[in-house]
Order: sequence, then structure tokens, then C-alpha cells
Amino acid sequence: MKILVLISNVPDTTTKIRFTGDNKAFDTSGVQWIINPWDELALTRALELKEAGGVEKITIANVGTNATEPTLRKALAVGADDAIRIDAEAKDAFFVASQLAQVAKDYDLILAGIESSDYNGAGVGGMLAAMLDIHSVSAVSGVSLENGELKVQRDIDGGNQSLSVPTPLLAVVQKGIAKDPRIPAMRGIMMARSKPLNVVPPADVEARTEFLGYELPEPKAACKMVDEDNAKELIRLLHEEAKVL
Amino acid sequence: MSVLVYTENWEGKFKKLSYELSSFAYAIAKEMGSSVTALSIGHVADDELKSLGKYGVSKVLNVQDNRFESLDNKAVADAIAKAVASENAKVVILAHNNEGKAFAPRLSVKLNAGMVTGVIGLPVSVEPFVVKKKVFTQKAFARIQIKTDVKVLTFAQNSFDVVENPVDTAVEAFDPQIGDGEFTTKVLDTHKITGKILLSDAEIVVSGGRGMKGPENWGGLEEMGDLLGAGMACSRPVSDDGWRPKEEHVGQTGKIIAPNLYLAFGISGAIQHVAGVSSSKYIVAVNKDPEAPIFESADYGIVGDVFKVIPQLNEAIKEMKS
Ligand SMILES: Cc1cc2nc3c(=O)[nH]c(=O)nc-3n(C[C@H](O)[C@H](O)[C@H](O)COP(=O)(O)OP(=O)(O)OC[C@H]3O[C@@H](n4cnc5c(N)ncnc54)[C@H](O)[C@@H]3O)c2cc1C
Repeated sequence: MKILVLISNVPDTTTKIRFTGDNKAFDTSGVQWIINPWDELALTRALELKEAGGVEKITIANVGTNATEPTLRKALAVGADDAIRIDAEAKDAFFVASQLAQVAKDYDLILAGIESSDYNGAGVGGMLAAMLDIHSVSAVSGVSLENGELKVQRDIDGGNQSLSVPTPLLAVVQKGIAKDPRIPAMRGIMMARSKPLNVVPPADVEARTEFLGYELPEPKAACKMVDEDNAKELIRLLHEEAKVL
Repeated sequence: MSVLVYTENWEGKFKKLSYELSSFAYAIAKEMGSSVTALSIGHVADDELKSLGKYGVSKVLNVQDNRFESLDNKAVADAIAKAVASENAKVVILAHNNEGKAFAPRLSVKLNAGMVTGVIGLPVSVEPFVVKKKVFTQKAFARIQIKTDVKVLTFAQNSFDVVENPVDTAVEAFDPQIGDGEFTTKVLDTHKITGKILLSDAEIVVSGGRGMKGPENWGGLEEMGDLLGAGMACSRPVSDDGWRPKEEHVGQTGKIIAPNLYLAFGISGAIQHVAGVSSSKYIVAVNKDPEAPIFESADYGIVGDVFKVIPQLNEAIKEMKS
């Protein structure tokens, strides 16, 4: 079995968000970049499956400029076998999925994160599956291989389900897929330097949406405090002032 | 031409979000001079289907076909596409939840439509079609233009009021004609709580963090949940350590919820936690540490011990109800 893990390069989750140029662009100055947390968990699960046997190779793919390479090297350092970078600035989910569709054929399992933590698009995985005309399952919280067959767990309203699904499959993964991401070890980092990172030119595709500008939320009014010994007052406020009880 | 809404039901009753989506769709349709058609898949009684009319839906396409129960991503997306074609819909609206996120991307490819997910509020304009959404995990807003003729939106729950706009509603049986071969997802096993309030659909949510000290201390919170008809939630370490079921985990890596009222007990308010609840209308925090970051996001707060405060609150709620 060959696995492809889609990797998005995003600002660290604690980044203070700022914009430049009349609020038209995200201010990347001083930002630390990481593997999108969902993609990192997807990769972790792929590595676990490989260690358990039955997976030949794990490839990672990213649409991005050469600025994303440190993130891709990190993914190689934790154990991916090779990387593909499609050399273009990611414009929207449709654009990214269209680029990935060029390189995503010939895998038995493709893992995509439910969303990237920057633009929260939640679109690339499902779009790619539709473009490749393969099956997809979303809200996936577990993937396992039993005698070469894929078993998938997904979250549904109020619970979860286990499913059998044919390959090739694109699984859009979320919480539960793996527990803790791996931290690259020195040996991994050394090895990653010589692993293949293939740069592919982009296909000529138009994005279907355009980001026009950004806003930051209004600062919030101060929290109204109630005394610990008079906690009942809180219920009165929620009932009479906020009118939510 | 119309605006098409994909509705969802829970045990045969429309989720509140279906009425919210309908209200939202009606407001868009009005600006575009068109009308709203809803697609319902599953076993929903006629009266319930008609109830959508109260929120501006003029036509309901009713699909009763057990094969769709497997929520096969491709088959459902294809079925929605058939409904879009038969209605000549220009805007298609799904919820920004498990189902919407599963179907909308596939649907958008099928329809050659531009898609924006997690839309909040009415479009900034319909010509050109510009919508707003939250980005950077709730930390900012973006304005995005969709440039295609057909548009697919997923709508972030609780960002539009459910408004009554009664219209005459026709319910029509609809067969999207999806072949058996298209259904490839086989459900082996389902674990599902029933008869409980769905966290994602709850108007009030009671939530506990590590400050609750252990699973044995949840009695007071569960009582509060029952008293208020609330959904239950928790922080990530609480579900990671198995104190509470993982369905209750909210935050950046859990569920993102937006109830009217979110009550946080013994939760520090880490940025990744707040990312999942910051769209709540009101946030209440009880924490013994006055410096806890949760108070920066909260509207009402008590600096104090959860074990002292919870019983007082429950008593006050009972008094209020009686
Ligand atoms: C990539 C990433 C993703 C993450 N995603 C999530 C997520 O989705 N959701 C999430 O919740 N977290 C998430 N986290 C973890 C997050 O950073 C915090 O560690 C977590 O939210 C803390 O949970 P807590 O508030 O329950 O516990 P703590 O931070 O330990 O806080 C417990 C609080 O309880 C208070 N307390 C203790 N005793 C009492 C008492 N008797 N009475 C009153 N108050 C008391 C303390 O003052 C403290 O503020 C994520 C972290 C990372 C790195």
C-alpha cells in the first residue's frame, strides 16, 4: 500500500494575527511556521501503519513556494519517505486541489486534514477526491489496516461508526486519528536532508474565489465579575440582563 | 433559479440548524429575487417537512431512500448536485459541520462552483458575490468573493437568527437516481448516544476542565446540564484522560461550537480551547485563578472554587424555574 499525506504549512497556533497593506494581506513577519496540526496527526497515523507492516511508502505533498521547505523537511525527519512540492502560492482550496490532482494518482490511501488552521477552508480533501473520482470519507477519527483491508472510523452526530471502504480512498481526518505528533530526532533530521524532495511546476488553473481583505474582531467588553459567595447573582444576570436563561 | 438548502434531521426532527439555514437562505433569495428550495434526505414526516415553510422555504424535495443512511460522501454529493440541476439553483447552502464539510467540497467540483466554507452572516454583496468568514481559527475575519456562476457555501451555525417568514410550501418526492454501484461506504458498526442533546445543536453548553479534578466530580455539572437542557462539553485534557467521552471535547482540535451560552468550569482558557467556543453569544467562566485567560473571553465571571459555586448555581436555577 502507498500512502500520500497532504501537508499544509501554517502559522504556529499561538501566533498573534496581524495584517498589512490596508488589511489586504496576512503579516508573516516573525511568524513561526508549522505542519498543520491535522496533517501532522495524519502523518503520525501513516507512520504507525507503516511500522505495523503493509505500507511500502509514505509520500507527502504540498502546494507552496520554497518558503515551505523547512516544514516539509520536518515531515521527512519524522519519517515520511519522500516529498513533492508543487511550486505555487496556494490561492484557494480549488486551486490547491487542482494542483495536487496532478501528483495524487497511484496512491491507495490519501490522507488530508479536515482543515488548515490558517484559512480554515475544509475543502482540499473532498475536492481532490472528486477530481480524482475516488471515494472519500470525511470526519475520520481512525484508520486501520486489517489483512490488507482498510477500516475507517468516522464521527457522526452523537457518536461514531466503523466503515469498510474500497481503495483508492481519500480520508479527511480529524481528532482521534492519532494521539501525539512525533518530534523529529537528530538521526531523522540528518536522514531527511538526503530524502527526495521533488519540485513540480504548477498547472495553469484559475482560483474560483478571491480574498479581498481581512478584519480583526472588535475588542471585547470587560468581563462582569460576580462574587463567589453570591453566585446566585450570576443566574439572575443571565436571566434578566443577558436573557439567555 | 433558486437557493437550495441541504437540511439535516436528528431522529426525524429537523435540527435547529435547518431552520437557521432556511432563514439565511430566504434572506439571500430575497436579495437575489429568487426563492428557497430545501432538500431533505431521510425519514422526516410530512408535517415536519412543511414546517420549513415557516422559515421561507417554498419547496421541499423529499428523498426517502435508506441507502443514503451510510452518508456515502460521493452518493450524497451527487444527489445534491441532481437537486441543484433540477432546481437550477445558483446558491447552495449546507451547514459547516461533519456533513456539510463532507459533501460541499465534492459538490463544488461537480458543479464547477466556487466554494466558501464557514460563512457567517449575510453576503456583503450579492453582485459581486462577497461573503465573510472567520479565519485563523476564529482570530480574524476575511471577505471573500466567489467568482463562479454557481456558489456553494457552508454556513457556520448560530451566526444567523432563526426568523419566521411564512410562505406556502410544496413537498415533492424526489428521486436523485443514484445507482447502487455509487454507494461504496459500508457501515459495519454504529455507536451513538440517543435521546440526548446534541452538543453541536445545543443552545446552552455546560463545560468542565481539569479544574474539576476528576470524573467523579461531574455530578453537579450533569445536574446543571439537565436543569438547563444543555449539551455537555469539556477541555481537551479532560477527554484525553478519559474523564469524559471524546465527543465532548471542544476547541481547535475538537468541536467548534457557538451556543447562546457557554459555561466554563475549571477551564484555564488556553487559546486552543477558546478557538472552539469564542463564537458563543455569552461566555461564563468560573475559575479560582483571577489571572486565568478565560476571563479575557468571558462576559460574566466568578473567581472562586467550582465546588462551592456549582451547588449555589444549581439551587438558583431551580428557584428561577419554579
Ligand atoms: C496544537 C494544540 C491543540 C490544542 N487543542 C485543544 C482543544 O481543542 N481544546 C482544548 O481544550 N485544549 C486544546 N489544547 C490544549 C490547551 O492548550 C490547554 O492545555 C487545555 O485547554 C487546558 O485544559 P484545562 O483548561 O481543562 O486545564 P488547565 O489548563 O490545567 O486549567 C485548569 C483550570 O482550572 C482552574 N482550577 C483548578 N481547580 C479549581 C477549582 N477548585 N475551582 C475553580 N477553578 C479551578 C485552574 O485555575 C486552571 O485555570 C491544544 C493544545 C495544542 C498545543
